[in-house]
Amino acid sequence: MAEQLPEHPDFLWRTPEPKRSYDVVIVGGGGHGLATAHYLAKNHGITNVAVLEKGWLAGGNMARNTTLIRSNYLWDESAAIYEHALQLWEGLEEDLGYPILFSQRGVLNLAHGEQDVRDSVRRVQANRLNGIDAEWLGPDEVAKLCPIVNVSDQIRYPVHGATYQPRAGIAKHDYVAWGFARSADAAGIDLIQDCEVTGFRTDGDRVTGVRTTRGEIACGQVALCAAGHTSVLLDLLGVRAPLQSHPLQALVSELLEPVHPTIVMSNAVHVYVSQAHKGELVMGAGVDAYNGYGQRGAFHIIERQMAAAVELFPVFARAHLLRTWGGIVDVTPDASPIVGHTPYANVYLNCGWGTGGFKATPGLGWCLADTLAHARPHPFLAPFALDRFVTGALVDEHGAAAVAH
Amino acid sequence: MSRVDGYGRIDRTRTLTFTFDGAQYTGHPGDTLASALLANGVRRIGTSVKLDRPRGITAAWGEDPTGLVQIEEPFPEPMLLATTVDLVDGLVARGLGGRGRLAEVPDTARYDRRHTHCETLVVGAGPAGLLAARTAARRGDRVVLVDDRPAAGGALLGTERICGRDALDFVADTIAELRADPDVRILPRTTAFGHYDDGFVLALERRTDHLAEPPRNVSRQRVWRIRAGHVVVATGAHERPVVVEDNDRPGIMLAASARDLLHRYGVRVGREIVVFTTDDAAHGAAADLEAAGARVTVVDPRPGAGGSATRQAQVVGTRSDAEDGAVTAVTLDDGTVLPCDTLLLSGGWNPTAHLFSHVRGALRYDAELGAFRPGEPLDGVTVVGAANGTFDLAGCLAEGRGETPEPVARTTRVVWRTEGDPARQFVDLQRDSTVADIARAVGAGMRSVEHVKRYTTIGTAHDQGRTSGVIASGITAELLGVPVESLGTTTFRPPYTPVAFAALAGRERGRLYDPERTTALHAWHVEAGAVFEDVGQWKRARYYPRPGEDMEAAVLRECAAARTGVGILDGSTLGKIDVQGPDAGVLLDRIYTNLMSSLKPGRVRYGVMCGVDGMVIDDGTVLRLDEDRFLVYTTTGGAAPILDHLEEWLQTEWPELRVSLTSVTEQWATFPVVGPRSRDVIGAFAPHVDVSNAAFPFMSWLDTEVDGVPVRLARISFSGELAWEVSVDGWHAAAVWQRLLDLGAPYAITPYGTETMHVLRAEKGYPIIGQDTDGTVTPQDLGMDWVVSKKKPDFVGRRSFARPANLDPLRKQLVGLLPVDPDLRLPEGSQIVELTDALPPPPVPMLGHVTSSYRSAALGRTFALALVKGGHARIGERLTVPVGEALVPVEVTGSVVFDPEGTRRDGEPGVH
Amino acid sequence: MQLIRCPWCGPREEVEFHYGGQAGVAYPADPAALSDEDWARYVFVRDNPKGRFEERWSHAAGCRRWFTAVRDTATYRFER
Repeated sequence: MAEQLPEHPDFLWRTPEPKRSYDVVIVGGGGHGLATAHYLAKNHGITNVAVLEKGWLAGGNMARNTTLIRSNYLWDESAAIYEHALQLWEGLEEDLGYPILFSQRGVLNLAHGEQDVRDSVRRVQANRLNGIDAEWLGPDEVAKLCPIVNVSDQIRYPVHGATYQPRAGIAKHDYVAWGFARSADAAGIDLIQDCEVTGFRTDGDRVTGVRTTRGEIACGQVALCAAGHTSVLLDLLGVRAPLQSHPLQALVSELLEPVHPTIVMSNAVHVYVSQAHKGELVMGAGVDAYNGYGQRGAFHIIERQMAAAVELFPVFARAHLLRTWGGIVDVTPDASPIVGHTPYANVYLNCGWGTGGFKATPGLGWCLADTLAHARPHPFLAPFALDRFVTGALVDEHGAAAVAH
Repeated sequence: MSRVDGYGRIDRTRTLTFTFDGAQYTGHPGDTLASALLANGVRRIGTSVKLDRPRGITAAWGEDPTGLVQIEEPFPEPMLLATTVDLVDGLVARGLGGRGRLAEVPDTARYDRRHTHCETLVVGAGPAGLLAARTAARRGDRVVLVDDRPAAGGALLGTERICGRDALDFVADTIAELRADPDVRILPRTTAFGHYDDGFVLALERRTDHLAEPPRNVSRQRVWRIRAGHVVVATGAHERPVVVEDNDRPGIMLAASARDLLHRYGVRVGREIVVFTTDDAAHGAAADLEAAGARVTVVDPRPGAGGSATRQAQVVGTRSDAEDGAVTAVTLDDGTVLPCDTLLLSGGWNPTAHLFSHVRGALRYDAELGAFRPGEPLDGVTVVGAANGTFDLAGCLAEGRGETPEPVARTTRVVWRTEGDPARQFVDLQRDSTVADIARAVGAGMRSVEHVKRYTTIGTAHDQGRTSGVIASGITAELLGVPVESLGTTTFRPPYTPVAFAALAGRERGRLYDPERTTALHAWHVEAGAVFEDVGQWKRARYYPRPGEDMEAAVLRECAAARTGVGILDGSTLGKIDVQGPDAGVLLDRIYTNLMSSLKPGRVRYGVMCGVDGMVIDDGTVLRLDEDRFLVYTTTGGAAPILDHLEEWLQTEWPELRVSLTSVTEQWATFPVVGPRSRDVIGAFAPHVDVSNAAFPFMSWLDTEVDGVPVRLARISFSGELAWEVSVDGWHAAAVWQRLLDLGAPYAITPYGTETMHVLRAEKGYPIIGQDTDGTVTPQDLGMDWVVSKKKPDFVGRRSFARPANLDPLRKQLVGLLPVDPDLRLPEGSQIVELTDALPPPPVPMLGHVTSSYRSAALGRTFALALVKGGHARIGERLTVPVGEALVPVEVTGSVVFDPEGTRRDGEPGVH
Repeated sequence: MQLIRCPWCGPREEVEFHYGGQAGVAYPADPAALSDEDWARYVFVRDNPKGRFEERWSHAAGCRRWFTAVRDTATYRFER
């Protein structure tokens, strides 16, 4: 018998009719929107809040991501927000009273060449000085932690070592989202599904109302948490941001006996794989090159992903691809998010998380709630303001952040 | 034994032996593992994942949600359906309790892929598919016909008649006609598992598992990548059960599957059979089973359905007092208990519209069928037969021919479940999910099928909800009091059936995972005992250890040779772009930060390129070959992206420029000959060339011939030493290299690799783009203001230099670092902090990092390059580099740590 | 995986192409005259519509020519 997931509670959330007015309207009922709602209520006592979701709650990237949680980012700005998130993850099950199955099994970022090694050491050293757990491991130590990784030289790009963050882990995405949703709902926040935003009512530099498929809703503040669809909302506001939406695919195998005790990522041999609680191998594939809102990608990306998986993990040869799917990731020129002010004084932007959105969920929710409560960016979010593209003070995680996901 | 004489297509003259759950059994060629187990009376296959309840086989083919097995021999493979495993002699398998097991040894089987193109692809060789294939072939199309079972015919089992003939004869004739057509390819045992845009279909062909002795030269599985002008989806339908209490016992299966097992394998699934149906097709199954000797009771709630023997009732539960947990009786809604050994269920049919759905075909709910069927047609895709919701044979044949079938009255009564305890009414048998689970989900506030699916896990198992999906939608709709069509169903996504990772990886493993690029001298490097490093796809010689030498010793020796005698490097991997045309100079002026158009033919200039964001993307030398021709050298990694970069600007921004670009990276082998004695070697190599400084100055080049071989000589130095680059076509590369070695022998010419090249250039402060830069570094940060033209009005990236962040004095800048301990080599990547003898608690402010770090033979000490905040202003200061637990003090210097005056470039003073 | 119509070579597999993003974003005539905001807009900001999108492609593994095509980013279909 396989390990079983805990049951969901008997009650999760109401299905309320939208009120005519809220203090805060959060557009987007994904992980970030729901977490923001939770922390608005919990940390700031703000509960006259609506979360508007065009489909079903947490049905976008939250339902489609591969649930990696880590904070071993290179730059101080990224490390601060992701480490804040990781510390919240460590207490989230208790906070939400929901079994989110946060499993800190560690992440290995493999290095396959000399430059990979330099970049890895650089990141490990930066992490340690930032108080983040990080180690550099040689191939033998990699094999000890994850014996199924092919560390031999009978491989096109031999493994030279890896960075290791022991506190990294995975969680069960639906459980996380539903935990936040249940908590927000219980605090009196309205979670409104099948409610698509179609426009905004503005008055000077303020947005006074949100037009939706379920009527117009007046608002004190607006937070945009729409991930891949952010540009669609910004177009309605006439605001431009450096965002491009791309398909990102993921896949799972059937349930397998435990073979893979940790999480492994590799840039050069593009792999991101973990074995989820029930036993399925979960993998993130590469981003499709073109812009796309279709929640599906091309199959050659999956094929290449399988080749990389079997190359690095020969025992995966006869595991079976059971299901593939796609999400929409909104990416920015420096691979860091955009969070903070917009040209509208009471509208806050939260987007551009690319493949990093899930792991940031509680940290972002905490900081965005704080930002809304105090009408100024939380210090952890300040470096991610839109104006960095004007000044040139980017937080460029491209070269440095190991691999996507 | 439940094998019935006179039925089935198995070869009873031969016996196969196999092992299941440790016991030995026999079967016949043509059997599946499932049919052989059933023939042996094995009904319990495994246990359920959550509740540990016994599970049997519930279908005859790929829609079975329960009959999961682990193959152990001939090679371990997890989670296959017993119904789709061909029986072979010596097969060892066991039933699964939820999770499969991967082999601990490598899979040595081969997998490959093939591409094919056709006008018409037909998926499914049932009656509709066969007719569609025949129609297309007769039209002259190239046709590919794929079918996942071993033999064509689909649901035709030999009891039907087509055009007055036995249906299987019709199938055989049609296949024969198609086989005779050279433009038709028939692929049996091939499952179309993914359908993508523009008629792209992926299909997995299982080529050897059914063979007693697989030929060594045949891949085990092959992925067909089929690009079709038109895709005909003729994939049939899956029977849908009715959910009743305790419907998960072994011995309960789909009615049509029982019929399939009888006619295909001669297996009668029971002696005492109850058929519970709300659809007509199961009555046929009942009749066939009765004819094969079973006692059959048909229970059908529809008034007047079936013959007089049919009981107008509903089954509401099952019982078992058998050891294997198999059904031994069913209960009817009128209280009757019917003893039996088998319960067959049929609640109608679900069109197998996956391949239509994969390409965003919308499915719409058909309340008469109780199923989702293809809605609005798609361009280039036709769905025919049962996959289209057309279940009668005549209709299937008509649709296969491209005709509109006669309408047929629907008689199915849509019943999702009967009365009973919802907690024992299983919807997803593999996930142990029940009607009660759905009710709980709805009670928790779930209103969308996607939420219900996630709450209950229905449809997420190995079978991806083939039999459970629609029922879950139906029951959810009932509980919510809304129409099924307002809820919809969850999306079908590829793959249609699970596909082994290795099959998708194909040949892209090991050396074929990514192409290996080697230089013309690769064999020489191997022979010389070089240690290689991967640089992109290239294999480059990193160093040439002599016996007893480690890398450090070898590199110190190689460096010393280049600084004191002469060394030689295979630099052929550098990217080379031939830039031709009257406007070549204009283009390069716009791309490089410095001026290139002023370069004279015969001369060489170093240049830097930036992106529009002002960050350095590449560097290298440029040779002006002629008034309208330049040769641009890029870094090894930059060869392809920089050509793309140039093409993009040229074609999309400045199409008016008369320039053409060609990669000549592979055309030239290039060998830097480096060191104070290089002049002697080059002078001997090309005795007719005046190699004096006056005649052949630094940063000039010329073309000449050596023994009739065209050779280009260029005085370029990436080491600060007197040096020539010798370039020659690949064909003559080995001979020229050998000639240089021979002529250099008196000076102990020393081949050196990339590591020595890196040390030599680092001593001179020459950055490696991608090592000393990371996409956030400007030419100014590198201390190369001199390479940024002040004269040119514009070039790519120039405007970005004026942004506030670019003017920040605390930008990270390239400097040299000298560890106070001259023997300590800093690890590359190390972070740098203010001078301290105790780190403050985190976060510790960081000043930058070590980008390059080496032991210098010339300096007799270690040194490093680093990017340091405000580094140029910190020269002379001391900083700290944490290394492990140690805090290493270092002194900041300029980035040129060796021969900063550049005295060595023209050779030893006084010579020539 | 789509078939993409190269204007010079005809329909070819998607893997042969390189994506170039939004079309019609001209290099400014005089970058030095632009404000930091306007320069940032040129360098970083591109449209990201859900629906019809005029975009650049290069037949990188074929004729290496750049061309402009119109595609729907929701359905991925090219306008022919």
